[in-house]
Amino acid sequence: MSTSAAATAASKPPAWQDQVYDLLRKNNVTQFAYVPDAGHRTLIDRSLADPGVHSVALTTEEEGVALLAGADLGGARGVLLMQSSGVGNCINMLSLTSGGRFPFLALISMRGDFGEGNPWQYPMGKATQPVLEAMDVTCLRSETPEEALAAVNAAVTMVFQAGRAVAVLFTQKLLGAKKF
Amino acid sequence: MATRTSGAEAASATAPKFVLDRRKAVPALIGRHEDFLIVTGLAGTSKDIAALTNDGAHTYTMAGAMGGACMIGLGLALARRDKRVLVLTGDGELLMNLGSLATIAILNPPNLSIVCVDNGHYGETGYQRSHTSLGVDLEKIAAGSGIKRTLTIETQDEITAGTRLIREGNAASFVLLRVSTVEPPGFKRDLDPANCRARFRAALGRAQ
Repeated sequence: MSTSAAATAASKPPAWQDQVYDLLRKNNVTQFAYVPDAGHRTLIDRSLADPGVHSVALTTEEEGVALLAGADLGGARGVLLMQSSGVGNCINMLSLTSGGRFPFLALISMRGDFGEGNPWQYPMGKATQPVLEAMDVTCLRSETPEEALAAVNAAVTMVFQAGRAVAVLFTQKLLGAKKF
Repeated sequence: MATRTSGAEAASATAPKFVLDRRKAVPALIGRHEDFLIVTGLAGTSKDIAALTNDGAHTYTMAGAMGGACMIGLGLALARRDKRVLVLTGDGELLMNLGSLATIAILNPPNLSIVCVDNGHYGETGYQRSHTSLGVDLEKIAAGSGIKRTLTIETQDEITAGTRLIREGNAASFVLLRVSTVEPPGFKRDLDPANCRARFRAALGRAQ
């Protein structure tokens, strides 16, 4: 790398995903649960590289709902990272969150909305927000990096101070649609 | 060739034995229950633990969200490395989320033990047979998932080894406790999941 390129890289502000990670860590989130997903790559990779957190790869998203309840029983804070298709896998397990009044924070990378080229993604993409709301999870949509950071910041307060269940939806306008 | 056994005899010698009485075997296996934070599945195992602990504040017993017990235990075990966490769940509840065994094996918290009380049936819904009385072996699934310390208990004299396994060692453990279809103990526990959360956290010294 030339000196000028290195200087440019060093002065570049961190990507919004890095700011989200730093925000979560500043708020003592120590359990990061996920099914691997391109939209959450930065958060997943940072959790894997961070000796201060548990980075928990799941086989299905509903495992993460139960994991976060267990974390709360032990006084720890967690976040569930998933794609919109994974929301469908969580529905009955959210009975635990709702009935137990467990704090619940999910960050959801949307599929099947803005510019989606894969027809299989549309049913769950369209259903994501209605089914979350049906299970008493508040949804905050974000379409720009500024909105995303503000939404995660708001969600952290709602979840860990007020004890609510909140999902922040990162739309495809924000993330960009996958090419097919 | 020496003695030959028929195929039927060989099969019956290795067939799973569902003979232990859970009302005696579960308390004998656990020992001093106050040594653990305990998470249970639905129905049978929640009653086993509610009766054993008098619905204690160090227990979180479920009555819904089937398939979640092991992962609640994992989140709790990761959060409280200073405590031993015991998940007591049934064969039906565990069958609903076998992937959680794989997730637990990868994290491998040394303070987490899973005991599956396997009666081979869905007791709560009328004792329909479950997969485990039709050939599925959950200890082999746990071992194949990567859990390194596993054990099957079918007879009284095997219980002591299980008691040691869930209390000692430097890796997550799994015990398959095969029992008969005798009814679990009757016990009227608190069914409100939010009350149970609050009392559990309060007992651990956490605010609401």
